[in-house]
Amino acid sequence: MGKEYVVTLCEGPSCIHKGSRRLRQLLEKKLEKHGIAGKVRTFLSGCLGMCAKGPIMVINPGYVIYGGVTVDDVDEIVEQHLIKDNPVARLTVKESHLYNRFFRVFGDAKFFGKQMRIALRNCGIIDPESIEDYLSLRGYEALAKVLTDMTPEDVIEELKKSGLRGRGGAGFPTGLKWQFTRAAESDEKYVICNADEGDPGAFMDRSAIEGDPHTVIEGMAIGAYAIGANKGYMYIRAEYPLAIERIQKAIDDAKKHGILGDNILGSDFSFDVEIKLGAGAFVCGEETALIHSIEGYRGMPRPRPPYPSVKGLFDKPTLINNVETWANIPVVIIDGGDWFSKVGVGKSNGTKVFAVAGRIVNTGLVEVPMGTTLREIIYDICGGIPGNKKFKAVQTGGPSGGCLPEDFLDTSIDYESLAEVGSIMGSGGMIVIDEDSCMVQMAEFFLEFTQSESCGKCTPCREGTKRMLEILTRISKGKGQDGDIEKLERLGHMIQKASLCGLGQSAPNPVLSTLKNFRDEYKEHIYNSKCRAGQCKAMLSYLITDNCIGCGACLRACPVDAITGNKKEKHLINQDICIKCGKCYEVCKFDAVAKS
Amino acid sequence: MPKTDTKQDQAKLSELKEFIAKCKEKPNPQSYLIAVLHKAQELYEYLPRDIMDMVAEQMNVPTAHIWGVATFYHYFNLTPPGKYTIQVCLGTACYVKGAGQIMEAIQDELSIETGGVTDDGLFSLQGARCLGACGLAPIIMVNDKIHGDLTPEKVRKVLKDYRKAEKSKAS
Repeated sequence: MGKEYVVTLCEGPSCIHKGSRRLRQLLEKKLEKHGIAGKVRTFLSGCLGMCAKGPIMVINPGYVIYGGVTVDDVDEIVEQHLIKDNPVARLTVKESHLYNRFFRVFGDAKFFGKQMRIALRNCGIIDPESIEDYLSLRGYEALAKVLTDMTPEDVIEELKKSGLRGRGGAGFPTGLKWQFTRAAESDEKYVICNADEGDPGAFMDRSAIEGDPHTVIEGMAIGAYAIGANKGYMYIRAEYPLAIERIQKAIDDAKKHGILGDNILGSDFSFDVEIKLGAGAFVCGEETALIHSIEGYRGMPRPRPPYPSVKGLFDKPTLINNVETWANIPVVIIDGGDWFSKVGVGKSNGTKVFAVAGRIVNTGLVEVPMGTTLREIIYDICGGIPGNKKFKAVQTGGPSGGCLPEDFLDTSIDYESLAEVGSIMGSGGMIVIDEDSCMVQMAEFFLEFTQSESCGKCTPCREGTKRMLEILTRISKGKGQDGDIEKLERLGHMIQKASLCGLGQSAPNPVLSTLKNFRDEYKEHIYNSKCRAGQCKAMLSYLITDNCIGCGACLRACPVDAITGNKKEKHLINQDICIKCGKCYEVCKFDAVAKS
Repeated sequence: MPKTDTKQDQAKLSELKEFIAKCKEKPNPQSYLIAVLHKAQELYEYLPRDIMDMVAEQMNVPTAHIWGVATFYHYFNLTPPGKYTIQVCLGTACYVKGAGQIMEAIQDELSIETGGVTDDGLFSLQGARCLGACGLAPIIMVNDKIHGDLTPEKVRKVLKDYRKAEKSKAS
């Protein structure tokens, strides 16, 4: 027994499901048995991002990453690696490329090669429930520096130099926002952290809070100092119980250490953070709606101006930033605005976190410098499309964003370039779509979401999205009419221009971008009753092929008796009776039912 | 009036009242309405009408306002849920990987629509916005347990297993 090892187990939702908590219990039992429990430290970290290879175990020193660890591997890891100092080669996450600057921290995995971690710098490395761990990696150093060496104006100046822009999606320059809120005169001001991550398919904020809650608190404290606030609110989704638990513990620990509360670190600055739970309303991600929700009302937006920086929570000047923006603040202060401004491209500085999901080999969380291309993320970092399927589109920005086809894969990821090609940066959801998905249905899916989440306050959004959805549903049901495409476009542009808040203004984006990039598919649906992905049921028929051995499983499963045939002979589906429920396709064990 | 027949009822009610009293001591007490409703749902599993009346009285706001807030947010249930609440994730990642078929299979297996409760009160079915476990898509969550990498066939088996477990508990 030589080294004093630290064993980290990833506790992202995917790894928990695959048994990371049980692994830790078992590991601790084994350590006890071998009498080395005091020398090896184990803890559960936040999401490392390699969700597809879980459960992930990282052993330091040595930066060894094990993937797909099972309970049967624990003995070997303890006896070979932790006792004999002999890493278990067969379990390491293997990659052929060895070229990244994060090798020292993250080990030899291509997944991390093109990544650069600023907001997630501690995720997966520190124990998120330990303030000591955070402190040991320069935690709260930025806050101390601000309180001792910098005036609020210096902080804002540094932030403006960094060029950091809002990571919630819209990309408003953060320094300017802080300056406006500082300039507003009032006896009381507030800071808010927007952790109401509502985009379906996005889990960046959740992972950031679960993996490194203190960095968000530190960012908020610096913001409060800069604008002159003493009270902060963390507005977080009630659907994220682990994140809530972690942030609450972080707040309590920080108070115990004198980092939150009165006279922080002996200065005359006082600041406290309170958690406010959301209750499942997508529109509350919009800042004025969020403020109404914190005040205890229905979360409906109001017209701006006045902006929250002038009149926000309880009618006082309020600074609202997204989780990822807050997580960037300590780095800007420690490493300086000049350094930060050198990362990235054009007017987009720094990095952006993306949650990549859908039809992709390595589903997970990545953080890349601005200017990285979509192709690099999808193919180099996340390993491309599984099962030799063909890439069809990538959707960025969630229900407010657009679908980009293959021609745009070399688009650089920054606010301007994405807007130019008809999508948006958004908060960081990135969904990869392959040839098996129907673009009309994709558009219908997103619009169904925004339509049902529309708060109903303004007419263009409430009525307009409903009408658009009706047309889309009609098309996917095979009842599309001549002129539907033009109607969708007219309605879409009208809703974009006339809606009150960001939800309505961006709701037509998925429809308009698919209309632009996949117009042929819409036309096929309307004029030829054809869905090339084979997803739209109304245009689908089920057929029994020669693989059929006549087992009768489909015949028994069919709810409308559309299938006939004798035992051990090929069966037949009567297309006039078939309701296309897909039961026969589901039960057939011989791949003898085909969709066409 | 909320039920106070059993000790349990009384304990729940006084816990809620205490919570409200604490909120009222803080600045901007009305802003804690959503927190109070969260607490009520935690205790009662849904928001019964008489509880909303009680909250209205204690917090000095009209029940209509509380009703407005409770119906605005998806998280609040206005009818009692089943013993097992099934949430089918309809986030984009799950959708791309076939959440629609999973939903249909569950509806078919339980003979209920989204938002419904089975006759025996065992299952209630909800569609959920992203549950954040996209690496396992498509997923469902039964109470707090996640079932991932599903197919229509697998999800039918999951439901049958819950039924079986329930039966063996009963006998």
